[in-house]
Order: sequence, then structure tokens, then C-alpha cells
Amino acid sequence: MADEKKFAGYICTGCGIGERLDAKQLQSVMTREGKIANCKQHEMLCSAEGVKLIRDDIDAGNATHIVIAACSRRAKVEAFSFTDVAMSRANLREGVIWLRPEGDEHQETTQEMADDYIRMACAEVKFLKVPKPSGEQALNKTLLVVGGGVTGMTSALEAAKAGYPVHLAAEEGRLGGVWADLYKRVPFRAAALGVPNGRDVDLPQPEDPGIDAMIAEIEASPLITVHLNAKITRTSGAPGRFAADISTESGGTVTENFGAIVQATDFKPYDANQLPEFAYGKTPDVVTNFELEKLAKAANGGPLKRPSDGKEVKSVAFIQCAGQRSTKPGHLPYCSGFCCTESIKQAMYFKAQNPGCDTTVLFDDLRTPGAAGEDFYRSGQQAMVTFTKGKASEVVSAGGSLKVKFKDLILNEDTEMEADLVVLATGQVPHVGPDPYAQLAVDMAETEEEKAAARKKLEVAPPSILNLDYRQGTDLPQLKHGFVDSHFICFPYETRRTGIYAAGPVRRPMDMKQAIEDAVGATMKAIQAAENAARGSGAHPRVGDLSYPSFRKEGCTQCKRCTVECPFGAINEDEQRYPQFNESRCRRCGTCMGACPVRVISFENYSIDTVGQQIKAVDMPDEFSEKPRILALACENDAYPALDMAAMAGERLSPFARVVPVRCLGSVSLSWITDALNSGYDGIVLMGCRRDDDYQCHFVRGSAMAAERLSKVGDTLQQLNLEVERVQVFEVAITDIKRAAQLINDMAATVEKIGMSPFKF
Amino acid sequence: MSTNQAMVEKYRNNFLKEVEANVEEGEWVKMCMQCGVCSGSCPLGKFWDHPPQEIFMMIRAGKRDEVLTSSSMWMCTSCYNCIVRCPRELPITHIMHGLAHYAKRLGLVPQNQPTAKFAQLFWDNLMKKGRVNELKLGMALYFMNGFGEGVKVAMKNQKLGMNMMKTGRMNPMEILGGHAVKDLGGFHKVMKKAQELEDARIAKHGA
Amino acid sequence: MAKRQYSFYPGCSSQKGASSSNYLISVQTMCEELDIQLNEIPDWNCCSASIGYAGGGELPRLTLSARNIALSEQHNPGQDIVATCAACWLSTREAQERLHEDQSLLAEANSALAEAGLKLKGDTPIKHMAEVLIEDIGYEAIGAKVKKPLEGIKIAGYVGCQTNRPFGISGESFENPKYLDKLVETLGGDSIPGYEKKVQCCGGALAFSEPEKSQEMVKGIIEAAYDHGADMIVTPCPVCQMNVEVYQDQINATYGTKFKMPVVYYSTLMAVAYGRSAKDAALNAQIIPAKQLEALAAK
Repeated sequence: MADEKKFAGYICTGCGIGERLDAKQLQSVMTREGKIANCKQHEMLCSAEGVKLIRDDIDAGNATHIVIAACSRRAKVEAFSFTDVAMSRANLREGVIWLRPEGDEHQETTQEMADDYIRMACAEVKFLKVPKPSGEQALNKTLLVVGGGVTGMTSALEAAKAGYPVHLAAEEGRLGGVWADLYKRVPFRAAALGVPNGRDVDLPQPEDPGIDAMIAEIEASPLITVHLNAKITRTSGAPGRFAADISTESGGTVTENFGAIVQATDFKPYDANQLPEFAYGKTPDVVTNFELEKLAKAANGGPLKRPSDGKEVKSVAFIQCAGQRSTKPGHLPYCSGFCCTESIKQAMYFKAQNPGCDTTVLFDDLRTPGAAGEDFYRSGQQAMVTFTKGKASEVVSAGGSLKVKFKDLILNEDTEMEADLVVLATGQVPHVGPDPYAQLAVDMAETEEEKAAARKKLEVAPPSILNLDYRQGTDLPQLKHGFVDSHFICFPYETRRTGIYAAGPVRRPMDMKQAIEDAVGATMKAIQAAENAARGSGAHPRVGDLSYPSFRKEGCTQCKRCTVECPFGAINEDEQRYPQFNESRCRRCGTCMGACPVRVISFENYSIDTVGQQIKAVDMPDEFSEKPRILALACENDAYPALDMAAMAGERLSPFARVVPVRCLGSVSLSWITDALNSGYDGIVLMGCRRDDDYQCHFVRGSAMAAERLSKVGDTLQQLNLEVERVQVFEVAITDIKRAAQLINDMAATVEKIGMSPFKF
Repeated sequence: MSTNQAMVEKYRNNFLKEVEANVEEGEWVKMCMQCGVCSGSCPLGKFWDHPPQEIFMMIRAGKRDEVLTSSSMWMCTSCYNCIVRCPRELPITHIMHGLAHYAKRLGLVPQNQPTAKFAQLFWDNLMKKGRVNELKLGMALYFMNGFGEGVKVAMKNQKLGMNMMKTGRMNPMEILGGHAVKDLGGFHKVMKKAQELEDARIAKHGA
Repeated sequence: MAKRQYSFYPGCSSQKGASSSNYLISVQTMCEELDIQLNEIPDWNCCSASIGYAGGGELPRLTLSARNIALSEQHNPGQDIVATCAACWLSTREAQERLHEDQSLLAEANSALAEAGLKLKGDTPIKHMAEVLIEDIGYEAIGAKVKKPLEGIKIAGYVGCQTNRPFGISGESFENPKYLDKLVETLGGDSIPGYEKKVQCCGGALAFSEPEKSQEMVKGIIEAAYDHGADMIVTPCPVCQMNVEVYQDQINATYGTKFKMPVVYYSTLMAVAYGRSAKDAALNAQIIPAKQLEALAAK
């Protein structure tokens, strides 16, 4: 009974489907061609009554594999949530009637479109299995937080508050990290709404940094175990069953198991010794913003003293963007985002102590992020801090004072000012391990120059932080400037290592407030990951998906493409050099499946066959019918919803198009393309997400991998003696509503121009 | 010691503080964030030696003489474009008027600045009778740079004057007296008192 | 229906024989038609406009307006003050707001006013006539009175500066106020919504002291109206009206243009549309005659 497949089909005639299409004909296609004899119609399948109709069949043991021919698979998901059976859905509403004009002249082709979607759904369902959790791991609620700074401490505290035990590993001998020496912090509080400009009475002021309070809270928490002077010397496993070796300076190593990991190692202050033009290192009276905090903390509200001779500082200049936003060698090309408000705060230290102290902030673009930022800027202005738009070129020590040479960018003149003390607003360097793909970059470099540059990067790579025993390297992959790769808008904390989340300045430069918010977000994601892993369910974006990849060992050639191309480094190799999939590391994108040249990788509910059989099921009119067939493989994250929305917006689609959703363009097997061409399709459109550095691919590299594989599809076309225009790959965003439909219509026009495929048998 | 010198002594090198204490709405100068929207919005912007954004920067940079002797503020037509566009809501028009007035008080206005002269004539005219006598103001304007120059300007504007008269929008009899408030004594007493209070307020700051 | 009562501040240029005396005449005609009664503030004085700043310091300037408001409170209690001149409205409203914000300035102004037995409370709403029309009367009521629609007359709505900034008319934007266009349409004329110089400065008082600079801007204002095919320009401000109308000869001489663009007040248009005579609309005071309006008034 358990293994016996019982098929059932349900055709909805609501939402205009019954009026626009011949339901009898649909039923006949389903029973005769789709071979699903148990086929029912309902006028509103998503209603309680309609759902009951299906439920009763399932409960009676009459349906283990069902086809629902109604709306898009993205619609009515709550109603049609039958997790105990295999289900495919024929998209008759968004996919057909809403995209097609009414009228007798269109009726024939529109009906044929619907018939085909029925055929496709019937073909798909035959190859679907109900996914079952792997049972690979149980629930492990304990989290590992790496980094003892504000970000890491927040992460630990948030996890503990949610009832999840934490091990907090700090490299240093005390908690607080890079901000441990802060005298005060930039305010978190913005002015009340409607506080007028200029005559403000309650603008935000520098605040107590709150670090001691955090440390005390951590020490008091029974759920948090702190490891000081600690390094993670090995991390293995997967979400739900990570094992990490925590080694302390004293020589001891403990191995602990974790459900998920947060990397919150913050940043390292920029090395100001690379700024000789500002006399750093030549006189102690030029300090960095980090060093000034120590001076202020030592002064503890008293007058700030000059390091050289202990004289009270009567004038101070802040040089913004010191060694930043510059392409000079050794400088940081980016804006660190926290230094402007930091300098405002530090200038206010001087003003609070002595309102007569000349404090000048030399800025180019003053950037004050956050709700409090602009208010705090005004607060500094109210305190009579002078803000001069100017670019400093040089600091010279002369006669017991410093001369700051700068160009006044408003008055457009070279000028200079005297100061007792100069503060350099230096930036953040991400505190991360080596880029796991640095070696790959050396291997892949096309020119000697590139190779040399890549090699150099590899040489100066920092020591590992996580020491992952993953096949794809020891640490989190990076995107730009050493920051950890994560999609900064759509899924900011997700990294390319499932279950390991990046929080704070390791993913982009930021101030303390943002780092705290980041830590909260990343910790919640880590908790989700541990819980999902225990259920055997996928993480973002296929949350709840219980399927996972498996392979036919006897067919595997050990080519390693899957282990190399997995964007998440999920696949290791076992002792016999076969792939080892680590289910809970997997995001279910199917990039491995698309990579496999021998087609042995599959998911229970997504495989070479589930898509391949749909392609074959489409009725193929002959060459002289003037009815071409265009296959569109559309990414389910952006392109497919864009097409659904095109339907809602009343866009029109060629009746010759047959759209198949795919998990990611990365999952597309070249065999689908070859088979489709061989069976007479006239054009193929592939629609995936943007794939460059500003990628929108939900699987980071899937779309890029697909583009690379498909770059060779031209050869296949030439071998078949077909025009290269017949296969085209596009980047489509979810907002490309008109364009998504237009691209397919363009292919229809192209086919009309170049003619039908001769491969129709 | 002139008032000007007294102020230089008093505020030394802190012109921003001097402006805060002595210029109408001057306490707003420090709040400028140097975006330049005011300069780009001024209809006569191209005629300013230093547009407002620059004036604010110069005040902070302590360029006292350059600011106060500039003809820039006198280019303000009071169109209020800068005020409504300033993202920091600075009353820029009023600050420019305030700086102009302060420069005049200290005797630093450039020689023959036409708007400075006209503005003074206007004030003097209205203070006499409580209402402006357009004809006398016009005549004074023509002759503000001397008799010979005045005749030339008057000739140039002769046709305009004739047009205004023909359409009843200028009355030659105004020269003999013209409109006035009835309680002229009361008006003058009020304005005298206001001036005294203003002077006392100024004296508190040293000028 | 009882007439609407307002405490009226006409201002220096509206007086008999002054440069915008025609404005006053057409406003009076318009008010008769709309059942508005204007009660002149007795013995009002000059507001010092926005050019008094060289001679007058902060307090003396504010005191000028304080005296007018105090007189209105005393003689026309409970009535909103309404001004027809943009500068009068702006100075008076600004003075009221500044004195309201700064209690020490208010005390000083009151001790000056006390010299003439006056006292300022400072809670009277101060409106421009355009606000009265749009907010108190409304387009519908304005349109209901039209007897002779301004059919086929294309009119550029030139709002200018001080009726628009910094206070402006409620609900309108500073960059593209539309009330003059709506008014023109209400009166049956053709508006030019895309008139790009509608809030361009004409030079204001600098027309006297810096005539070349001012006339360069006025040239742009007229030129844009011509380019849009305007028959005339309408404005709510006496300084705008004068600056744009009376220097056209000089501008033509300087730039070789051949401008002859009539510039009228909204009240001129309304008087004509309401079927009143050319005299009641003060059309005889146009230096550049508005011939289409004259013809319509004569019909």
C-alpha cells in the first residue's frame, strides 16, 4: 500500500477558467493522455468544500499523487497544502487565461496551451516522491558565537533571552572587543519627532557606551559560557550537528556541538602607520579616532591633554576619511560609515570640557547614518563645533604645535590651520579569515598579471577564524574588500555557509548601533537554522523544503563538479571520493543537479525527470502547422513570479510559450536543452536572476554558474545545425513585469523570422 | 575707537560668535550644512561675489572684513527661494538682511552700493510720514548719485514716468506733501521708543 | 447673506495716485460682487516691505507692523486682516510670527506701542486676498458669478515670490503653485499650467537699485509667456505687476525685443468676467492695454 502510487487529478473551473476553457476537454486530456482516471472538477477548488474533496480522497487512501489544475503554484498555497502527498500544479489561471486575450480567434491556441499544462503536470507528478526528512540530526539548541565585541555580546545575549544556550568565544583576554576602550558612544536615540531646527532643546548627546553593563549581563547569564583568549581550531559538521574545537591560550581544547554559528568578529582598526603625510608616528600629537577614545577615557571628563607634553588641548582638528575612500595603495577604497558621527562625538568631548576649545572637523562628505545621525550632527553644530568642508593634504609639526594644510572646498583655496592635536578618522578593516576562493582565483586567473595579483592576496591572507573542514575552504566566502558575502538587502545575514551567519562589521562597515541591530537579526536566523535543521527542512529561501539531493552511486564518475560548483560548499567528499551531501548544509537550489554531466543527482520532488518529462509531454505540432513551441525555463524566485504578476497586470503572452518553473537557473541541466531542441522546440528562453557583484540570485552563484554552462550551448546548436538565436539567457528581476512576458514574445517573433525548427518528428 | 574696531577687539578671531550675538538670526549660521542649495536657488546668484553658502563658510573661517564689506548680501531680492529650499530650514533671507544691516551699522558697506543707498532712502522716506511717498522716493533714487547723474537717470525714465502719470498711477502733487498717517506724532513717538530699545539691546553686545 | 467682513490693509502702493492704485479699484469691484466688505485699518502705516532692513533694525521694523496689527485689533476686532500687496502681507505676518516666538521682542514692541496708547495681542489671522478667495470663498462660488467667461484668452499665471514664499497658499507647492491657473480656468480663460517662470523672481525692490539685473529676469518672465502663446500675464502682487509691465520699453531697447505683454491683476480679470465696466476693472490704468479685456468689458 505504502509504495503503491494512486493518482488523482482536480480541475478547478472557478476564476473564469470554466468560462474561458473547455473543461471537458481538459478532463479528457488528463484521463486519456495523462492517464489519471480519477479526475474531478470543482467550481471553486480552493473553497473549504473543494479542499475537502481532495482531502477526503487522500484520507481514504485513494490519492498519493495529485494534480491540481487551477491557479499558479504561487497562489492559494495555504489551501492546497497537502504535505502528505506528491503534488503538481497546472497553472491555468495566471499561466493561461489571464495572459491570453478573449475572442474566438484565440480560443484554439489558448485551449492548446491549457491542454499542454495538464499534460505537463501529469507527467511531472509521475516522477515526484514525497520528501521525507533525512533524520540526519536532532535538535541542538546551542549556538556558537565567535567574537567578543559588542556584536558578539549582543548575539549571545539575544540567544540567551530566547532560551538558547551560547558559547561565546573571544580572541582577546576580556570582552568588549574593538570598542572596549570607548569613553562614550554615538547616541542611539534620535530627537523626538517635530523637534524644530536651530532652537532645539533636546538633541541627542554622547551616551554611556553601555559595554560594562553588557559584560555584567553576560557574566550573570546561566545560558552563556564565555571562552576568553580563545580560537576556533576546527569546525566540522553541518547545521544541527556542528562540532567546534575551542582552544584557549593556556593550551586546553574543548569540543562542543552546536546547532548554528554566528561569526561576529567585528573589524580591526586601520593601521595609521600608512599615513605618513599626516605625521602619524612622527609626533604623538597625531592620534587615530580609536586612540583618542583612550585619551578621553583617561581624562574622564577632565581636560584632554596632549600626549607629547601634557598641555591642555585648546584646539583640535579632525581629519575625516583618513586613509579611506581613496584609491592610493594601502588606503581603504570604501567609506567606513561610522567615522563621521564618531568625530562629531569626539569633538563634543572637547566642547563639553571647554566650550572655548577650537574644534574643527575637516570633512568632504559628512555622512551620518541612522535615525539619530542627522540630529547628532545638528547637536554638534549647536555645540559650536566648526564643520569645514575641506580636504587635508598634510600635517606638519612646527614649534610645539601642528599645522594642518588643507584645501577649503567651498572657498576653493589652499589654506592651513593650527592645532594642538590632530585626530585621524580612520576606518574599519573587516576581521575575517582568508577568502576560501583565493586559491581558486590563482588557478582561474587568465593573465600572468591577474595570477600574480591573486597570488599576492593569497600570501597576505589572514589566519583562519573558523577553520572549517569544508571541501571549499576554511572560512566564509567574501565578496568585496574582504567583507563576507551576503545579500545586503534581501538576505543580509545569510552567508554562503548554511547555518553560519555573519553579523556586524564583518559583512560591511558599520557603527555600533547598526552592529547591535545586525547581531539581533543574525542570531534570530541562527536560531531558525538550528530549528530547521532538526526538522530536516531547508534554510532560506526554500524554508520548509524537506527534499535533499541524493545520487546514484553506480553512475557517478567522481568528476567533482558538484562539490566545486555548490555555492554553499555543502558537499564534501567521502573516503572513496564520492560526494557527501550534508543535507542540512544544502539550500535545495539544485546547482549540483544542473552541474552533473551524468545526471545522477536528484531530489525527491525535483529531478532531471520531473522537468524533463514535462518538456517531453508537450504536444508538438508539425513543422507546417504555424504553431511553434517555445520553452521558457523561469527561476521560481524572480522570473516566475514576474510572469504571474504580468498576468495580473493584463500583459499578453504568446500562446506558443510553455513555461516551466525551476528552483534556480543553476539547476538547469543541459540535457533539458538538448532534449528540447531534439524534440522540436523552436526557441528556448532561460530566465534567471542578476548574477554580477550586485547579484540578486537567491543562491548567490546559481545564476552565474548557469550562465557559464550555457555559454557553450552555441556549440550544441551548431552541431544540430540550428540558429544560435534559438536559445537565449536573460537576467530577469521580480520587478520586470512587462519585460518578462516581452522576452518570451520576442522569442516568438524571432522564431517567426528564422522559421520553425526542422526537428519535429 | 570706532564701533567696528570695538567689535574686532571684543570678538578677536571668533567672527562666528560676533555674528551670533549681533546679527539678526545670526545664531543659525552654525547650523548650515554646506549643501549649496541656497546658492543654486538664488535668482541673482551669478552676481554674488560670495553666494550664501560661501558667506556661511567665510563666517566660520573668520573672514570678517571680506564678509562685511562684500556687496553680496545686498544682491538679495527677498524672493525667499533659499528659505523654502534649505533642508536645514535656515532663515537665509533674514540672515542676509541681518548681515547687510550689521555691515551698515559698522560703516563697512562698499561705497555707492546702490541697493544699500536705496534701502536707506526707503527707510528715511517712510519714517517721515509713516507711509512711503513713491514720487519723492523715486526722485531721491534718481539723484542719489548726484545731480548730474540724476538728470540722466530721470531722462531715461521720463517716458516711464509720463506713462505712470497718464494712467493715474503717479501723482505729481505728491511732491507737495502726500499721504501720511494722521497720528504722526504718535507714530514718531512709537518709532523713537523702538529705536531706543533697539539701541539698548545692541549696547549689551558692545555695538 | 451677510457680507464677509475683513480688516483691510491696503498698503502704500495702493493709495490714490500711487503705482498700484488700479489694483485697489479692481479689488473693490471684485469684493462688491463677492459680498466682501473691506474695513480699512484706520491710520495704518508702511510695513517697510522687505527693503527696510538697511535703515531699520529688527525691532523698529517689527514695530511698524505691530502698530498696524494693534490698530486692527482695536478698531476691527475679531476680523481677519487681509492685505492685497504681497510685501504688506508677508511683513505683517512675519512680524506677527516673530513677535509670537520671541516674548522679549514682543514686550519691547509693546512698550514702544504704549507711547501711542496701543497694545498688541497678536492673535489675528493675517491673510493675503488670494487666500480669502481660495480658502474662504472657493473656486465654485467664484465661478458662479461669472457672466462673461474669458473665452479664448490665454493667460500666463505669474505667481512670483512673496505670495508664494515662505508662507504661500495652503495646499500649494512652492515650486509649482497652481491656484492662478485654476482661477483662470474658473473664469473661463485658458491657463498655461506649464508656464515655467511662474515663480521666478522679478527683482522686487532691486528693480530700482539694480535695474539691469532686474530687467534681465523680467525679460525671461515675459519671453516664456510669449513662447507659450500667452495673450497676457496675471499676477497677485503689485511689485510683480509693476516690474513686469512698466519696463517693457526699456527691455525692448536693451535686448531688441518687441514685447507688448499686458500684465493684469487677478482682480482685473474677475471684474471683467463678472461683467463690470472697463473703468471698474481699472483697465484704463494699464500702461500696456489689455485689449481683449477691454473688448469683453465693452460687449
